[in-house]
Amino acid sequence: MKVEQISVFLENKPGGLEEVTRIIKDADINIRTLSLADTTDFGILRLIVNDVDKASRVLRDNGLRVSRTTVVAVEVPDRPGGLHGILEVLARENINVEYLYAFVEKSGENAVIIFRFDDSDAAIEVLKKNNFTVLSGDKLYSL
Amino acid sequence: MIYNEDFETLPREALEALQLKRLRQVTERVYHTVAFYRRAFDEAGVKPDDIRSLTDLRRLPFTTKKDLQDNYPFGLFAVPMSSIVRLHASSGTTGRATVVGYTKRDIDTWSELMARCFVAASVTKNDIIHNAYGYGLFTGGLGVHYGAERLGASVIPISGGNTKRQIMILQDFGPTVICCTPSYALNLAEQGRSMGVDMEALKLRVGVFGAEPWSDTMRQQIEASLNITALNIYGLSEIMGPGVAMECLEGREGMHIFEDHFLVETIDPVSGEVLPPGEQGELVFTTLTKEAFPLIRYRTRDISRLFAAPCRCGRTLYRMDRVMGRSDDMLIIRGVNVFPSQIEAVLMGIEGLEPHYQLIVDRAGTLDTLEVQVEVTESLFANADEVKVLQRLDRRITKDLKDYLGITAKVKLVEPKSLQRSEGKISRVIDRRKI
Repeated sequence: MKVEQISVFLENKPGGLEEVTRIIKDADINIRTLSLADTTDFGILRLIVNDVDKASRVLRDNGLRVSRTTVVAVEVPDRPGGLHGILEVLARENINVEYLYAFVEKSGENAVIIFRFDDSDAAIEVLKKNNFTVLSGDKLYSL
Repeated sequence: MIYNEDFETLPREALEALQLKRLRQVTERVYHTVAFYRRAFDEAGVKPDDIRSLTDLRRLPFTTKKDLQDNYPFGLFAVPMSSIVRLHASSGTTGRATVVGYTKRDIDTWSELMARCFVAASVTKNDIIHNAYGYGLFTGGLGVHYGAERLGASVIPISGGNTKRQIMILQDFGPTVICCTPSYALNLAEQGRSMGVDMEALKLRVGVFGAEPWSDTMRQQIEASLNITALNIYGLSEIMGPGVAMECLEGREGMHIFEDHFLVETIDPVSGEVLPPGEQGELVFTTLTKEAFPLIRYRTRDISRLFAAPCRCGRTLYRMDRVMGRSDDMLIIRGVNVFPSQIEAVLMGIEGLEPHYQLIVDRAGTLDTLEVQVEVTESLFANADEVKVLQRLDRRITKDLKDYLGITAKVKLVEPKSLQRSEGKISRVIDRRKI
Protein backbone atom coordinates (compact mmCIF):
# COMPACT_ATOMS: atom_id res chain seq x y z
CA MET A 1 0.00 0.00 0.00
CA LYS A 2 3.03 2.24 -0.05
CA VAL A 3 3.91 4.74 -2.75
CA GLU A 4 7.39 5.45 -4.04
CA GLN A 5 8.60 9.01 -4.06
CA ILE A 6 11.75 10.47 -5.58
CA SER A 7 13.79 13.04 -3.68
CA VAL A 8 16.34 15.23 -5.39
CA PHE A 9 19.02 17.28 -3.64
CA LEU A 10 19.14 20.84 -4.97
CA GLU A 11 21.47 23.69 -4.26
CA ASN A 12 19.71 26.93 -3.65
CA LYS A 13 20.61 28.67 -6.90
CA PRO A 14 18.88 29.99 -10.00
CA GLY A 15 18.05 27.30 -12.54
CA GLY A 16 18.22 24.41 -10.08
CA LEU A 17 14.57 23.47 -10.36
CA GLU A 18 14.44 24.17 -14.07
CA GLU A 19 17.17 21.59 -14.63
CA VAL A 20 15.15 18.87 -12.91
CA THR A 21 11.93 19.64 -14.76
CA ARG A 22 13.83 19.71 -18.06
CA ILE A 23 15.41 16.31 -17.47
CA ILE A 24 12.01 14.89 -16.56
CA LYS A 25 10.29 16.49 -19.53
CA ASP A 26 12.96 15.22 -21.93
CA ALA A 27 12.43 11.70 -20.61
CA ASP A 28 8.69 12.09 -21.23
CA ILE A 29 7.80 11.52 -17.60
CA ASN A 30 4.73 13.05 -16.03
CA ILE A 31 4.99 14.68 -12.62
CA ARG A 32 1.85 13.82 -10.63
CA THR A 33 2.62 16.01 -7.66
CA LEU A 34 5.58 17.60 -5.95
CA SER A 35 6.76 19.49 -2.93
CA LEU A 36 9.87 21.50 -2.18
CA ALA A 37 11.51 21.72 1.22
CA ASP A 38 13.94 24.58 1.36
CA THR A 39 16.62 25.94 3.67
CA THR A 40 18.90 28.92 3.08
CA ASP A 41 21.49 26.79 1.29
CA PHE A 42 19.80 23.80 -0.18
CA GLY A 43 16.47 22.24 -0.91
CA ILE A 44 14.96 18.82 -1.33
CA LEU A 45 12.51 18.38 -4.17
CA ARG A 46 10.10 15.50 -3.70
CA LEU A 47 8.27 14.12 -6.67
CA ILE A 48 5.66 11.57 -7.43
CA VAL A 49 5.86 10.57 -11.06
CA ASN A 50 4.29 8.01 -13.36
CA ASP A 51 7.59 6.13 -13.89
CA VAL A 52 9.75 6.02 -10.77
CA ASP A 53 12.52 3.78 -12.18
CA LYS A 54 13.02 5.82 -15.30
CA ALA A 55 12.87 9.15 -13.47
CA SER A 56 15.46 8.19 -10.89
CA ARG A 57 17.70 6.78 -13.61
CA VAL A 58 17.67 9.88 -15.81
CA LEU A 59 18.12 12.23 -12.88
CA ARG A 60 21.05 10.20 -11.58
CA ASP A 61 22.58 10.00 -15.05
CA ASN A 62 22.53 13.77 -15.11
CA GLY A 63 24.65 13.87 -11.99
CA LEU A 64 21.97 14.64 -9.44
CA ARG A 65 21.68 13.05 -6.04
CA VAL A 66 18.50 11.06 -5.97
CA SER A 67 16.95 8.93 -3.30
CA ARG A 68 13.79 6.87 -3.29
CA THR A 69 11.60 6.82 -0.24
CA THR A 70 8.29 5.29 0.56
CA VAL A 71 5.38 7.51 1.43
CA VAL A 72 1.73 6.80 2.17
CA ALA A 73 -1.14 8.28 0.15
CA VAL A 74 -4.34 8.64 2.14
CA GLU A 75 -7.81 9.76 1.06
CA VAL A 76 -9.07 12.65 3.11
CA PRO A 77 -12.68 13.81 3.10
CA ASP A 78 -12.82 17.13 1.25
CA ARG A 79 -14.59 19.09 3.97
CA PRO A 80 -13.64 21.21 7.00
CA GLY A 81 -11.84 19.06 9.56
CA GLY A 82 -11.03 16.30 7.06
CA LEU A 83 -7.25 16.42 7.56
CA HIS A 84 -7.66 17.08 11.25
CA GLY A 85 -9.54 13.81 11.59
CA ILE A 86 -6.56 11.84 10.32
CA LEU A 87 -3.97 13.75 12.34
CA GLU A 88 -6.02 13.29 15.48
CA VAL A 89 -5.94 9.55 15.02
CA LEU A 90 -2.21 9.55 14.27
CA ALA A 91 -1.47 11.66 17.32
CA ARG A 92 -3.49 9.41 19.57
CA GLU A 93 -1.65 6.37 18.25
CA ASN A 94 1.70 8.13 18.66
CA ILE A 95 2.59 8.01 14.96
CA ASN A 96 5.08 10.69 13.95
CA VAL A 97 4.64 12.57 10.66
CA GLU A 98 7.92 13.67 9.09
CA TYR A 99 6.25 15.78 6.42
CA LEU A 100 3.17 15.86 4.23
CA TYR A 101 1.90 17.48 1.06
CA ALA A 102 -1.22 17.36 -1.06
CA PHE A 103 -1.81 15.37 -4.22
CA VAL A 104 -3.09 17.47 -7.11
CA GLU A 105 -5.94 15.22 -8.27
CA LYS A 106 -8.90 14.16 -6.24
CA SER A 107 -9.89 10.57 -5.68
CA GLY A 108 -13.60 10.68 -6.29
CA GLU A 109 -14.97 13.13 -3.74
CA ASN A 110 -11.89 12.92 -1.58
CA ALA A 111 -8.64 14.88 -1.50
CA VAL A 112 -5.38 12.89 -1.33
CA ILE A 113 -2.60 13.69 1.11
CA ILE A 114 0.91 12.25 0.83
CA PHE A 115 2.46 11.42 4.22
CA ARG A 116 5.99 10.52 5.15
CA PHE A 117 6.13 8.59 8.42
CA ASP A 118 9.00 7.24 10.51
CA ASP A 119 7.31 3.89 10.34
CA SER A 120 5.07 3.53 7.30
CA ASP A 121 3.85 0.04 8.16
CA ALA A 122 2.65 1.01 11.60
CA ALA A 123 0.99 4.11 10.18
CA ILE A 124 -0.85 2.14 7.48
CA GLU A 125 -2.12 -0.32 10.07
CA VAL A 126 -3.46 2.49 12.24
CA LEU A 127 -5.06 4.28 9.30
CA LYS A 128 -6.79 1.15 8.05
CA LYS A 129 -7.99 0.23 11.51
CA ASN A 130 -9.62 3.65 11.65
CA ASN A 131 -11.27 3.17 8.26
CA PHE A 132 -9.19 5.56 6.22
CA THR A 133 -8.48 4.64 2.61
CA VAL A 134 -4.80 4.17 1.80
CA LEU A 135 -4.11 4.30 -1.94
CA SER A 136 -1.69 2.00 -3.71
CA GLY A 137 0.93 3.36 -6.07
CA ASP A 138 -0.88 2.08 -9.16
CA LYS A 139 -4.14 3.62 -8.08
CA LEU A 140 -2.48 6.94 -7.33
CA TYR A 141 -0.56 7.19 -10.61
CA SER A 142 -3.75 6.57 -12.57
CA LEU A 143 -5.82 9.25 -10.85
CA MET B 1 67.40 -1.28 17.02
CA ILE B 2 70.02 0.97 15.44
CA TYR B 3 71.96 0.21 12.26
CA ASN B 4 74.80 2.69 12.57
CA GLU B 5 75.18 3.35 16.27
CA ASP B 6 78.28 5.55 15.76
CA PHE B 7 76.46 8.14 13.74
CA GLU B 8 72.84 7.77 14.82
CA THR B 9 73.64 8.27 18.51
CA LEU B 10 76.44 10.79 18.13
CA PRO B 11 76.34 13.40 20.95
CA ARG B 12 74.86 16.64 19.56
CA GLU B 13 78.12 18.52 19.96
CA ALA B 14 80.10 16.01 17.92
CA LEU B 15 77.29 15.78 15.38
CA GLU B 16 77.24 19.55 14.91
CA ALA B 17 81.02 19.65 14.51
CA LEU B 18 80.72 16.99 11.82
CA GLN B 19 77.90 18.92 10.14
CA LEU B 20 79.95 22.11 10.07
CA LYS B 21 82.94 20.34 8.58
CA ARG B 22 80.76 18.82 5.88
CA LEU B 23 78.84 22.04 5.26
CA ARG B 24 82.10 23.89 4.60
CA GLN B 25 83.17 21.16 2.20
CA VAL B 26 79.94 21.17 0.24
CA THR B 27 79.69 24.97 -0.07
CA GLU B 28 83.30 25.11 -1.24
CA ARG B 29 82.64 22.38 -3.77
CA VAL B 30 79.38 23.73 -5.26
CA TYR B 31 80.89 27.22 -5.52
CA HIS B 32 83.64 25.88 -7.74
CA THR B 33 81.74 23.26 -9.74
CA VAL B 34 78.19 24.54 -10.27
CA ALA B 35 77.77 27.85 -12.14
CA PHE B 36 74.30 28.36 -10.64
CA TYR B 37 75.65 28.33 -7.08
CA ARG B 38 78.61 30.57 -7.83
CA ARG B 39 76.21 33.17 -9.26
CA ALA B 40 73.72 32.77 -6.40
CA PHE B 41 76.42 33.05 -3.71
CA ASP B 42 77.97 36.07 -5.45
CA GLU B 43 74.59 37.77 -5.68
CA ALA B 44 73.99 37.14 -1.98
CA GLY B 45 77.48 38.47 -1.25
CA VAL B 46 78.64 35.32 0.50
CA LYS B 47 81.78 33.23 -0.02
CA PRO B 48 82.30 29.62 1.11
CA ASP B 49 84.92 30.93 3.54
CA ASP B 50 82.25 32.95 5.34
CA ILE B 51 80.72 29.74 6.70
CA ARG B 52 82.38 29.49 10.10
CA SER B 53 79.49 28.17 12.19
CA LEU B 54 76.24 26.35 11.53
CA THR B 55 74.30 29.62 12.00
CA ASP B 56 76.21 31.04 9.05
CA LEU B 57 74.11 28.69 6.96
CA ARG B 58 71.45 31.44 7.06
CA ARG B 59 73.67 33.64 4.94
CA LEU B 60 73.40 31.24 2.03
CA PRO B 61 70.59 31.72 -0.51
CA PHE B 62 67.69 29.29 -0.83
CA THR B 63 67.39 26.92 -3.75
CA THR B 64 63.86 26.39 -5.09
CA LYS B 65 62.03 23.93 -7.29
CA LYS B 66 62.06 26.59 -9.97
CA ASP B 67 65.86 26.72 -9.88
CA LEU B 68 65.87 22.99 -10.50
CA GLN B 69 63.46 23.33 -13.39
CA ASP B 70 65.41 26.23 -14.89
CA ASN B 71 68.51 24.05 -14.94
CA TYR B 72 66.78 21.05 -16.48
CA PRO B 73 68.04 18.43 -17.01
CA PHE B 74 71.66 18.32 -15.72
CA GLY B 75 72.55 21.96 -15.01
CA LEU B 76 72.98 21.53 -11.25
CA PHE B 77 75.14 18.39 -11.37
CA ALA B 78 78.46 18.89 -9.59
CA VAL B 79 80.29 16.01 -11.27
CA PRO B 80 80.80 15.00 -14.91
CA MET B 81 78.38 12.44 -16.38
CA SER B 82 81.20 9.86 -16.35
CA SER B 83 80.95 9.84 -12.54
CA ILE B 84 77.16 9.46 -12.53
CA VAL B 85 75.87 5.92 -12.22
CA ARG B 86 72.11 6.56 -11.88
CA LEU B 87 69.47 9.10 -12.89
CA HIS B 88 66.02 9.54 -11.39
CA ALA B 89 63.32 12.13 -12.12
CA SER B 90 60.20 13.49 -10.52
CA SER B 91 56.86 13.05 -12.21
CA GLY B 92 56.67 16.69 -13.20
CA THR B 93 52.93 17.01 -12.66
CA THR B 94 53.28 20.68 -11.81
CA GLY B 95 55.65 21.63 -14.59
CA ARG B 96 58.94 20.38 -15.88
CA ALA B 97 60.32 17.25 -14.28
CA THR B 98 63.30 17.60 -11.98
CA VAL B 99 66.20 15.29 -12.70
CA VAL B 100 68.60 14.00 -10.06
CA GLY B 101 71.86 12.10 -10.43
CA TYR B 102 73.87 9.82 -8.16
CA THR B 103 77.52 8.80 -8.04
CA LYS B 104 78.51 5.34 -6.89
CA ARG B 105 79.19 6.78 -3.44
CA ASP B 106 75.80 8.54 -3.40
CA ILE B 107 74.08 5.21 -4.06
CA ASP B 108 76.16 3.71 -1.30
CA THR B 109 75.09 6.42 1.17
CA TRP B 110 71.46 6.11 0.13
CA SER B 111 71.57 2.33 0.61
CA GLU B 112 72.95 2.78 4.10
CA LEU B 113 70.31 5.35 5.04
CA MET B 114 67.52 3.09 3.78
CA ALA B 115 69.08 0.21 5.75
CA ARG B 116 68.99 2.49 8.83
CA CYS B 117 65.28 3.04 8.17
CA PHE B 118 64.58 -0.67 8.05
CA VAL B 119 66.48 -1.31 11.26
CA ALA B 120 64.56 1.52 12.95
CA ALA B 121 61.45 -0.45 11.93
CA SER B 122 62.92 -3.62 13.57
CA VAL B 123 63.57 -5.28 10.21
CA THR B 124 66.49 -7.74 10.07
CA LYS B 125 68.17 -9.86 7.40
CA ASN B 126 65.75 -12.64 8.26
CA ASP B 127 62.82 -10.63 6.96
CA ILE B 128 61.20 -10.83 3.53
CA ILE B 129 60.34 -7.37 2.18
CA HIS B 130 57.43 -6.88 -0.22
CA ASN B 131 58.47 -3.70 -2.05
CA ALA B 132 55.43 -2.26 -3.84
CA TYR B 133 56.94 1.17 -4.45
CA GLY B 134 57.23 1.79 -8.18
CA TYR B 135 60.53 0.84 -9.81
CA GLY B 136 61.71 3.25 -12.45
CA LEU B 137 62.41 6.95 -12.61
CA PHE B 138 60.60 7.35 -9.28
CA THR B 139 63.10 6.97 -6.43
CA GLY B 140 60.81 4.85 -4.23
CA GLY B 141 61.29 1.38 -5.69
CA LEU B 142 65.06 1.29 -6.18
CA GLY B 143 65.78 3.32 -3.04
CA VAL B 144 63.99 0.82 -0.84
CA HIS B 145 65.43 -2.08 -2.82
CA TYR B 146 69.07 -1.11 -2.27
CA GLY B 147 68.48 -0.51 1.42
CA ALA B 148 66.89 -3.92 1.82
CA GLU B 149 69.79 -5.60 0.03
CA ARG B 150 72.30 -3.65 2.10
CA LEU B 151 70.63 -5.02 5.21
CA GLY B 152 70.69 -8.52 3.75
CA ALA B 153 66.94 -9.00 3.83
CA SER B 154 65.14 -10.79 0.98
CA VAL B 155 63.41 -8.36 -1.37
CA ILE B 156 60.39 -9.07 -3.53
CA PRO B 157 60.69 -6.36 -6.21
CA ILE B 158 56.99 -6.44 -7.03
CA SER B 159 56.76 -2.71 -7.86
CA GLY B 160 53.34 -1.06 -8.16
CA GLY B 161 50.14 -2.29 -9.77
CA ASN B 162 48.70 -5.71 -10.56
CA THR B 163 47.03 -5.90 -7.18
CA LYS B 164 45.61 -9.42 -7.54
CA ARG B 165 49.05 -10.83 -8.15
CA GLN B 166 50.40 -8.84 -5.21
CA ILE B 167 47.79 -10.44 -2.97
CA MET B 168 48.72 -13.89 -4.24
CA ILE B 169 52.39 -13.23 -3.51
CA LEU B 170 51.58 -11.84 -0.06
CA GLN B 171 49.91 -15.18 0.67
CA ASP B 172 52.38 -17.51 -1.04
CA PHE B 173 55.78 -15.90 -0.31
CA GLY B 174 54.82 -14.81 3.19
CA PRO B 175 56.66 -11.47 3.33
CA THR B 176 56.95 -10.01 6.83
CA VAL B 177 57.49 -6.39 5.78
CA ILE B 178 55.61 -4.27 3.27
CA CYS B 179 56.71 -1.00 1.67
CA CYS B 180 54.30 1.13 -0.38
CA THR B 181 52.25 4.30 -0.24
CA PRO B 182 49.71 4.31 2.61
CA SER B 183 46.80 4.60 0.18
CA TYR B 184 48.01 1.53 -1.70
CA ALA B 185 48.25 -0.42 1.56
CA LEU B 186 44.57 0.29 2.19
CA ASN B 187 43.73 -0.61 -1.37
CA LEU B 188 45.55 -3.95 -1.02
CA ALA B 189 43.69 -4.68 2.22
CA GLU B 190 40.32 -3.90 0.64
CA GLN B 191 40.90 -5.86 -2.53
CA GLY B 192 42.27 -8.80 -0.58
CA ARG B 193 39.18 -8.86 1.59
CA SER B 194 36.89 -8.71 -1.43
CA MET B 195 38.78 -11.70 -2.86
CA GLY B 196 38.00 -13.57 0.35
CA VAL B 197 41.58 -13.45 1.69
CA ASP B 198 42.06 -13.11 5.43
CA MET B 199 44.44 -10.14 5.22
CA GLU B 200 44.96 -10.06 8.98
CA ALA B 201 46.31 -13.59 8.93
CA LEU B 202 49.17 -12.81 6.51
CA LYS B 203 52.71 -13.00 7.89
CA LEU B 204 53.16 -9.23 7.52
CA ARG B 205 54.20 -7.60 10.79
CA VAL B 206 55.44 -4.14 9.86
CA GLY B 207 54.87 -1.63 7.07
CA VAL B 208 57.05 1.27 5.96
CA PHE B 209 54.79 3.83 4.32
CA GLY B 210 55.53 7.16 2.71
CA ALA B 211 55.66 9.23 -0.50
CA GLU B 212 52.34 10.91 0.24
CA PRO B 213 50.83 12.73 3.21
CA TRP B 214 48.72 10.59 5.50
CA SER B 215 47.03 10.93 8.85
CA ASP B 216 46.99 9.03 12.14
CA THR B 217 43.44 7.92 11.36
CA MET B 218 44.75 6.29 8.21
CA ARG B 219 47.56 4.67 10.20
CA GLN B 220 45.00 3.06 12.51
CA GLN B 221 42.97 1.84 9.55
CA ILE B 222 46.03 0.25 7.93
CA GLU B 223 47.19 -1.33 11.17
CA ALA B 224 43.78 -2.84 11.83
CA SER B 225 43.12 -4.07 8.30
CA LEU B 226 46.53 -5.74 7.84
CA ASN B 227 47.30 -6.49 11.49
CA ILE B 228 50.70 -4.78 11.32
CA THR B 229 52.61 -1.89 12.83
CA ALA B 230 52.64 1.01 10.35
CA LEU B 231 55.62 3.39 10.32
CA ASN B 232 56.15 6.65 8.50
CA ILE B 233 59.13 7.33 6.24
CA TYR B 234 60.08 10.63 4.62
CA GLY B 235 62.09 11.48 1.58
CA LEU B 236 62.07 13.40 -1.64
CA SER B 237 63.98 12.75 -4.82
CA GLU B 238 65.65 16.17 -4.84
CA ILE B 239 67.34 15.44 -1.52
CA MET B 240 67.92 11.71 -2.14
CA GLY B 241 64.72 9.71 -2.25
CA PRO B 242 63.15 7.64 0.54
CA GLY B 243 65.29 7.49 3.66
CA VAL B 244 65.82 11.15 4.52
CA ALA B 245 63.95 10.58 7.79
CA MET B 246 62.35 7.59 9.46
CA GLU B 247 60.10 6.93 12.41
CA CYS B 248 61.48 4.49 14.97
CA LEU B 249 59.44 1.61 16.34
CA GLU B 250 60.29 2.56 19.92
CA GLY B 251 59.12 6.16 19.73
CA ARG B 252 56.59 6.24 16.89
CA GLU B 253 56.46 9.98 17.30
CA GLY B 254 58.16 11.87 14.53
CA MET B 255 60.76 10.73 12.02
CA HIS B 256 64.48 10.87 12.79
CA ILE B 257 66.31 12.94 10.21
CA PHE B 258 69.69 11.54 9.25
CA GLU B 259 71.44 14.74 10.17
CA ASP B 260 74.94 13.46 9.52
CA HIS B 261 73.97 13.65 5.83
CA PHE B 262 71.28 16.35 5.76
CA LEU B 263 71.17 19.69 7.50
CA VAL B 264 67.58 20.65 8.25
CA GLU B 265 65.91 23.97 9.00
CA THR B 266 62.29 25.08 9.29
CA ILE B 267 61.43 28.51 7.94
CA ASP B 268 58.45 30.81 7.79
CA PRO B 269 57.28 30.16 4.22
CA VAL B 270 56.38 33.80 3.72
CA SER B 271 59.30 35.70 5.28
CA GLY B 272 61.96 33.02 4.92
CA GLU B 273 62.95 33.54 8.54
CA VAL B 274 64.42 30.50 10.34
CA LEU B 275 62.12 29.14 13.07
CA PRO B 276 63.11 27.41 16.32
CA PRO B 277 62.38 23.68 16.76
CA GLY B 278 58.76 23.02 17.67
CA GLU B 279 57.36 25.69 15.41
CA GLN B 280 55.53 24.71 12.29
CA GLY B 281 57.18 25.82 9.07
CA GLU B 282 58.56 24.80 5.71
CA LEU B 283 61.34 22.21 5.74
CA VAL B 284 64.61 23.30 4.16
CA PHE B 285 67.40 20.79 3.54
CA THR B 286 71.07 21.12 2.72
CA THR B 287 72.75 17.93 1.58
CA LEU B 288 76.07 17.44 3.37
CA THR B 289 77.60 14.48 1.58
CA LYS B 290 75.95 14.18 -1.81
CA GLU B 291 78.44 14.27 -4.67
CA ALA B 292 76.43 14.33 -7.89
CA PHE B 293 73.54 16.57 -6.95
CA PRO B 294 74.29 18.63 -3.86
CA LEU B 295 71.60 21.07 -2.79
CA ILE B 296 72.04 24.14 -0.64
CA ARG B 297 69.04 25.22 1.48
CA TYR B 298 66.49 23.53 -0.73
CA ARG B 299 62.93 24.66 -0.01
CA THR B 300 60.85 21.49 0.03
CA ARG B 301 57.45 23.23 0.34
CA ASP B 302 56.63 20.52 2.89
CA ILE B 303 55.23 21.89 6.14
CA SER B 304 56.24 20.16 9.35
CA ARG B 305 58.01 20.93 12.62
CA LEU B 306 61.13 19.65 14.30
CA PHE B 307 61.40 17.96 17.67
CA ALA B 308 64.73 18.53 19.42
CA ALA B 309 63.91 16.42 22.49
CA PRO B 310 65.84 13.15 22.85
CA CYS B 311 63.95 10.02 21.80
CA ARG B 312 63.62 6.90 23.90
CA CYS B 313 65.22 4.87 21.09
CA GLY B 314 68.61 6.42 21.89
CA ARG B 315 69.09 8.29 18.61
CA THR B 316 70.34 11.84 19.10
CA LEU B 317 68.96 12.91 15.72
CA TYR B 318 66.21 15.51 15.60
CA ARG B 319 62.80 14.31 14.57
CA MET B 320 60.31 15.85 12.16
CA ASP B 321 56.55 15.65 12.51
CA ARG B 322 54.47 14.08 9.76
CA VAL B 323 54.10 16.44 6.82
CA MET B 324 51.02 18.57 7.42
CA GLY B 325 50.74 20.03 3.96
CA ARG B 326 52.48 22.00 1.28
CA SER B 327 53.38 25.63 1.79
CA ASP B 328 51.91 26.44 -1.62
CA ASP B 329 48.51 25.36 -0.28
CA MET B 330 48.62 27.03 3.11
CA LEU B 331 45.62 29.19 3.98
CA ILE B 332 45.61 31.79 6.70
CA ILE B 333 42.08 32.22 8.00
CA ARG B 334 41.87 34.98 10.59
CA GLY B 335 45.42 34.31 11.59
CA VAL B 336 45.04 30.55 11.87
CA ASN B 337 47.18 28.56 9.44
CA VAL B 338 45.23 25.76 7.79
CA PHE B 339 46.04 23.30 5.07
CA PRO B 340 43.48 21.77 2.75
CA SER B 341 44.82 18.37 3.84
CA GLN B 342 43.82 19.13 7.44
CA ILE B 343 40.32 20.08 6.36
CA GLU B 344 40.17 16.93 4.28
CA ALA B 345 41.19 14.87 7.31
CA VAL B 346 38.30 16.36 9.30
CA LEU B 347 35.83 15.66 6.49
CA MET B 348 37.09 12.11 6.09
CA GLY B 349 36.51 11.55 9.78
CA ILE B 350 32.78 11.93 9.17
CA GLU B 351 31.02 8.84 8.01
CA GLY B 352 29.42 8.96 4.57
CA LEU B 353 31.51 11.85 3.20
CA GLU B 354 33.83 11.47 0.23
CA PRO B 355 36.89 13.60 -0.45
CA HIS B 356 35.02 15.86 -2.84
CA TYR B 357 35.22 19.35 -1.45
CA GLN B 358 36.26 22.83 -2.32
CA LEU B 359 37.41 25.72 -0.18
CA ILE B 360 36.40 29.27 -0.97
CA VAL B 361 38.39 31.94 0.81
CA ASP B 362 36.98 35.44 0.77
CA ARG B 363 37.19 38.59 2.77
CA ALA B 364 34.21 40.28 4.39
CA GLY B 365 35.33 43.72 5.47
CA THR B 366 38.65 43.07 7.14
CA LEU B 367 37.91 39.50 8.12
CA ASP B 368 38.82 36.42 6.15
CA THR B 369 36.05 33.92 5.65
CA LEU B 370 36.19 30.31 4.64
CA GLU B 371 33.40 28.43 2.97
CA VAL B 372 33.75 24.66 2.81
CA GLN B 373 31.68 23.20 0.01
CA VAL B 374 31.06 19.51 0.44
CA GLU B 375 29.33 17.24 -2.01
CA VAL B 376 26.33 15.32 -0.81
CA THR B 377 27.23 11.71 -1.44
CA GLU B 378 25.03 8.98 -2.83
CA SER B 379 25.22 6.95 0.35
CA LEU B 380 24.36 9.93 2.53
CA PHE B 381 21.41 11.06 0.52
CA ALA B 382 20.04 7.56 0.07
CA ASN B 383 19.13 7.50 3.75
CA ALA B 384 18.42 11.17 4.12
CA ASP B 385 15.64 12.69 2.19
CA GLU B 386 14.85 14.81 5.20
CA VAL B 387 16.09 18.33 5.73
CA LYS B 388 16.99 17.68 9.34
CA VAL B 389 19.42 14.90 8.45
CA LEU B 390 21.34 17.17 6.10
CA GLN B 391 21.25 20.04 8.56
CA ARG B 392 22.63 17.76 11.24
CA LEU B 393 25.48 16.87 8.88
CA ASP B 394 26.11 20.54 8.17
CA ARG B 395 26.32 21.29 11.90
CA ARG B 396 28.55 18.30 12.54
CA ILE B 397 31.07 19.44 9.90
CA THR B 398 31.04 23.01 11.24
CA LYS B 399 31.61 21.77 14.77
CA ASP B 400 34.39 19.37 13.83
CA LEU B 401 36.25 22.07 11.88
CA LYS B 402 36.00 24.32 14.93
CA ASP B 403 37.00 21.61 17.41
CA TYR B 404 39.91 20.14 15.48
CA LEU B 405 41.32 23.11 13.58
CA GLY B 406 40.05 26.10 15.54
CA ILE B 407 38.55 27.70 12.46
CA THR B 408 35.06 28.99 11.91
CA ALA B 409 33.88 28.00 8.48
CA LYS B 410 30.59 28.18 6.71
CA VAL B 411 29.67 24.76 5.44
CA LYS B 412 27.67 24.44 2.26
CA LEU B 413 26.34 21.16 0.97
CA VAL B 414 26.43 21.09 -2.80
CA GLU B 415 25.31 18.91 -5.69
CA PRO B 416 27.82 16.34 -6.79
CA LYS B 417 28.83 17.63 -10.18
CA SER B 418 29.12 21.23 -9.05
CA LEU B 419 32.69 20.76 -7.84
CA GLN B 420 35.55 20.76 -10.25
CA ARG B 421 36.76 17.38 -11.40
CA SER B 422 40.05 17.04 -13.15
CA GLU B 423 42.59 14.50 -14.09
CA GLY B 424 45.68 14.81 -11.96
CA LYS B 425 45.71 17.59 -9.45
CA ILE B 426 42.50 19.29 -8.46
CA SER B 427 42.47 22.88 -7.36
CA ARG B 428 40.87 22.67 -3.94
CA VAL B 429 41.09 26.31 -3.09
CA ILE B 430 39.49 29.34 -4.66
CA ASP B 431 40.84 32.54 -3.18
CA ARG B 432 38.56 35.50 -3.80
CA ARG B 433 40.33 37.83 -1.42
CA LYS B 434 41.47 41.06 -2.97
CA ILE B 435 44.49 41.90 -0.89
